Amino acid sequence: MSMLMSLIEHYNYVITIFLMMTGLYIVVARGNMVKKLVGLSIFQTSVYLLYIEPGKIIGGTAPIIDPAFTVYSNPLPHVLILTAIVVGVATLALGLALVVRINEAYGTVEEDEIFERDRNT
Amino acid sequence: MVLLTLLAVVTVAIVRQRSLFGVVILAGIYSFLMASVLIVLDAVDVAMTEASVGAGVSTVILLATLHLIKTTEMRSVRRHVLPLFVSAVTGAVLVWGTLVLPPFGTADAVIHKHVVPRYIADTIKETNVPNVVTAVLADYRGYDTLGETTVIFTAGIGVMLLLRGARRRGRTDREKVSP
Repeated sequence: MSMLMSLIEHYNYVITIFLMMTGLYIVVARGNMVKKLVGLSIFQTSVYLLYIEPGKIIGGTAPIIDPAFTVYSNPLPHVLILTAIVVGVATLALGLALVVRINEAYGTVEEDEIFERDRNT
Repeated sequence: MVLLTLLAVVTVAIVRQRSLFGVVILAGIYSFLMASVLIVLDAVDVAMTEASVGAGVSTVILLATLHLIKTTEMRSVRRHVLPLFVSAVTGAVLVWGTLVLPPFGTADAVIHKHVVPRYIADTIKETNVPNVVTAVLADYRGYDTLGETTVIFTAGIGVMLLLRGARRRGRTDREKVSP
């Protein structure tokens, strides 16, 4: 019972890890490279959530200083994740450029077909 | 909580969707949901960036890629049991690890005790910027942001080199064919 209570208290982390593992599953199990990259970005966004969630204080407000408020959520994870989002989109763009090049060289973006072609040559 | 559950539902839909166009649109929806969750979590700056970069720029470059390649996913011949098993076990271990974290939203967690009170107390005095996130990003940790822009610059150069080489090769091929 206490285990169950604990799970409900940590519901946000459970969902975050579910998203993370779904991203991992897409990256490992799916052969299409565009889908793999989408899975990778799902993994990435779940890490954003994992960082932001502990910074929230119930009853707090966004970390913009104003005399009307005294409790602010933790601004440090926000800073780290801002950097991570922008780097994430940069890596996504680079990955997609590689996918376009692979598509040019092999005529496909399916991993299985690419392996097949490599075996035949 | 509802938003988080919706996020999970959209992710499952992404896994099951075979049309890559559908996958891209679902990824956009996912990003907007994520931005809403981030607003609920008081991370307004992050939510704004996620909505513009995650749902905007990412969707545009994904669609641009789909314009250049085939848009349906092949049914994979590989078995899905092993990846599923690996993800499930890793997920279970991670959930077990999070059980010892402080419950969501508590004010006396360790994370709120270290450098953060100083940032919140002194930003106005030291930088005169009311938004603490901006102050830390551009002032206290300005070098990190410099490194970040270096990464983006490098990625941009990489994308340009990859795609420009492709275009030039395409042109020479066409020139070879045309005469």
